[in-house]
Amino acid sequence: MSTTPDTPVTAPIADPVGIPPGVTTARAAGLVACRRCGRVNAGRAVRCQRCHGPIRSRDTQSLQKVWAWLIAGLIAYIPANVYPMLITASLFQYDEQTIVGGVIELIHYGNYGIAGIVFAASVMIPVGKFIAIAYLAISVQRGRPANAHRRHKLYDVVEFIGRWSMIDVFVVAILSALVQLKAVATINPGIAALSFALSVIFTMLSAMAFDPRLIWDAEGPTAHE
Amino acid sequence: MKHRPASATFFVDRRPLIGIMPLPPLEDLIACPHCDTLHIDAPVPPGSIARCKRCGVVLFAPRKQALTQLLSLSIAGVILLVAAISFPFIDIDAMGFENQTSVLNAVTAFSEGRGVPLAVAVALFIIVLPMVRLLALIYAIGPLVTGHRPRRGAHVAFAMTEQLRPWAMAEIFMVGVSVALVKIVGLATVTIGPAFWAFVVLVIITLFNDRVMSRLSIWKALEREGAV
Ligand SMILES: [Zn+2]
Ligand SMILES: [Zn+2]
Repeated sequence: MSTTPDTPVTAPIADPVGIPPGVTTARAAGLVACRRCGRVNAGRAVRCQRCHGPIRSRDTQSLQKVWAWLIAGLIAYIPANVYPMLITASLFQYDEQTIVGGVIELIHYGNYGIAGIVFAASVMIPVGKFIAIAYLAISVQRGRPANAHRRHKLYDVVEFIGRWSMIDVFVVAILSALVQLKAVATINPGIAALSFALSVIFTMLSAMAFDPRLIWDAEGPTAHE
Repeated sequence: MKHRPASATFFVDRRPLIGIMPLPPLEDLIACPHCDTLHIDAPVPPGSIARCKRCGVVLFAPRKQALTQLLSLSIAGVILLVAAISFPFIDIDAMGFENQTSVLNAVTAFSEGRGVPLAVAVALFIIVLPMVRLLALIYAIGPLVTGHRPRRGAHVAFAMTEQLRPWAMAEIFMVGVSVALVKIVGLATVTIGPAFWAFVVLVIITLFNDRVMSRLSIWKALEREGAV
């Protein structure tokens, strides 16, 4: 194995511009890598030797799935904002609260920190995620080689943060379980709770369908071999 | 200054690969799951981190006794999850009307009419999937720790723990619970039950488990020990 230069990865990871000299990919070497376990398989392999999972050099349908789930997520996000998330009924009043309404109420009572958390989870993260995934998909479709590192970082963030949008759904779940005080007050989930949960699930599936290797393919000559 | 941990995973130079020199045997290579870059899979000393040369993703982060820790924490996690389901979670009292809630209640509270799909989803996210994940992990790595041959289907079980990771949302649930408590704290007296604390510990264990787990190393160990 002296065919490879023993360069430990103690040096800074890659230059800011382009790929580090001398890097090759499994695809460029005519091999198929497994995204689940990292095993490198022979070029014709369809199952991974190590983890027995299905493998493909690139998921050619990746972008179609990404767009399909993303659009589903967007569609579900509309009723999630229009219809009430929480329905509160008490002796004296009947109140329907939307996502944004809930945030405004928290601000009204001076809970700025909590209002910030809910706003971030229910509005900023979902909207940011729609934009980020669309941007990643479009940049890959156009074969943009520029700033792969930044796009890869963005992909990491989207993957990590998407599930946190579910906070408000759990808030509704807990509130409607707790506040069932027959005569005094009851809280029940509105239609928005379900559509919002679906929207989060669909966008998570969209992000998962994205094959991050596509970001790097456009970058170097390794992509065209 | 940014700390760059030392490592012993080398990247593969592309020049020797193009026709001139033979490839190393495939089992001596590892490909980055994020960017497909080939590396030589050299041993990484415990405590150090091997990152992808190109995109910087962590490939290996071995620790001493990592598997043993992972196994014992997972077993603790199963016990805590059972406790979290069985004991009272939160108790509220408003003008003499009391309502005690367990996690199961929280799930089944709106299990009528249009609440059903939501109830199913919440049950999956906070109870079923976390439990399946823990049990599958114990099944897959248990024999590795005790030095036995992996059980039949160990790779299916481990693949499942990996795939379910984003869908097990105990930690997100706990943030949701905190927000809910802030919302009702002015309206009612709230008492926190033992299940609440069981859930808190479970969340800490889950976060720690996911940090300790070096998934590529576990896959290698399963292959080495002859998982079928
Ligand atoms: Zn594999
Ligand atoms: Zn990489």
